[in-house]
Amino acid sequence: MKRTIIRVTVAVGASVLLAACVAAAPKEKTALEKRLEDPRVKNYIVGEKMTGYVFATAATRTVQDDDFENPAFLWVDIGEENWSKVDGAAGKSCASCHGDAPDSMKGVGATYPKYSGETKKLMALQHRINWERENRMKAKPWKWESDEMLGMTAYVKLQSRGMPVNVKIDGPAKPFYEAGKKFYNQRRGMLDMACANCHVDYPATMIRSNLLSQGMPNGFPTYRLKWQKVGSLHRRFRGCNKQVRAAPYKQGTDEYTNLELFLMDRARDLPMETPSVRM
Amino acid sequence: MKYQLLIGAVLGAALTGAIAAGSANAVEYKIVEDTVPQSLTGKPGDPANGKKTAINRRKGNCLACHDMPIPEQADHGQVGPPLLGVGSRLSEAELRMRVIDSKVINPDTIMPAFYRSTGLHRVLKKWQGKTIVSAQEVEDIVAYLMTLKE
Repeated sequence: MKRTIIRVTVAVGASVLLAACVAAAPKEKTALEKRLEDPRVKNYIVGEKMTGYVFATAATRTVQDDDFENPAFLWVDIGEENWSKVDGAAGKSCASCHGDAPDSMKGVGATYPKYSGETKKLMALQHRINWERENRMKAKPWKWESDEMLGMTAYVKLQSRGMPVNVKIDGPAKPFYEAGKKFYNQRRGMLDMACANCHVDYPATMIRSNLLSQGMPNGFPTYRLKWQKVGSLHRRFRGCNKQVRAAPYKQGTDEYTNLELFLMDRARDLPMETPSVRM
Repeated sequence: MKYQLLIGAVLGAALTGAIAAGSANAVEYKIVEDTVPQSLTGKPGDPANGKKTAINRRKGNCLACHDMPIPEQADHGQVGPPLLGVGSRLSEAELRMRVIDSKVINPDTIMPAFYRSTGLHRVLKKWQGKTIVSAQEVEDIVAYLMTLKE
C-alpha cells in the first residue's frame, strides 16, 4: 500500500514538473487563440458553440460587419425590391399580405426549416417562399440558386439578425431531425468521411491552409469570396460532398433540408448572422 | 476470380489474417496482426515518386492533415500526427497497412483508406471502383515514409 502511494506521488510529482516545463516554454498561439483575441468575436460564441465568423479572418469579418461593404447586400436589395413587387396571376406581392418585412418577418428566419402541416413536409425558407408564390400569388417558382431566391431568402433572414437560432425538432419535426442527424454522421464518398469527422472531431484545426470551423449554418445565404457571389447552404453542402468525392444531392432535396434542420439545431442559441461573408 | 476478390473485400479487411482485397482492379493482400508484410506489387517502392504522390493533392494529399519534413511546401495540416520520424516508429508492414486502410486498426479514424474501393457510400461516379492511389503508389509512399527517420 505504502509503495503504491509513493509511486503515485512520484508519478504526480513528475507530471507536475513536466507540466511546469511545458508551460514555461514559449508557446506559439494557435490559429483559434489568435482569432479569439479579436473582441468582435465574443458575440458569435455561445458556450462551446462558435459561428463561422470566429473562424474567418479579421479582414473577412471587417467586410461582413459593414452593410455597405458587405457585397451580400446587393442580393438583399434584390429581395427588398421584390418584396413589394406584384407578380403572378393573383396580382399580389409579398407585401400585399405581410406588410413591412422588418415587422412581419422579424424572427421568422431563425425558425426554419420548419414542419408544415399544410404540406406535411419539412420546409426550408426557400420552399416556403416558392409555396407562397405558387399558391397565393399564382406566380412562377424561383430556382433555388437564382438571384431572386437568394435575395429573398437573405432579405427575410436579415430580419432575424442577432436573434438566436430557434428551430423546432420535436413533434412532427422529429423524424426529419433524426434523418438529418443520420446524414451528418454517415461516412460518404471515396474519402469515406462524415460531416462529423471534420466539424465535430477537428474544428479549429488546420487542414492544409484552411481552419476547420464547426460548420454552423446561421449565416446563410452567405457571400463566399471563393464563389464571388451569394450562395445557399445547400450549395455549400454540395461542395462539401464533392470534396470527399461523394455524389451530392440537388439543392432543396429532402436529404439536404433534413441536414439543414440538424445543423440549425446544432447552432441553437447562436445569433442569426445572415448575410455573412466567408472565404 | 474477379467475383471472389469483390466478395472478399469488406469482410476480409475486417478479419485479421484473412485474405483481403480492394476491388476488381485492386490486388490481393494479406493482413497479419494489423500489418501487411508483403509488398502489393513485388516491385521495390520508389521513395522519390512516393514523396511526389504524398504531396499530390489528388493522390496522397498527406499534407492536408500531416506535418511532414517537406519545407518547400507551405501550410501543413494538423489533423493527424506529424510524420517526421514515422520511419523509425513504425515498420514497413505497419506503414503499408496504414496507407492501404487505416480503419482496420482504428475504425473511427478520419484517415481515408488509400487502397480500398468497396464498402463506401455514394462514391462519385468517376471514382467508383477505383482506389485513391495505385498498388505501386502505395509501395512508393511506404518507401518514402521509411526514409523519414528520427
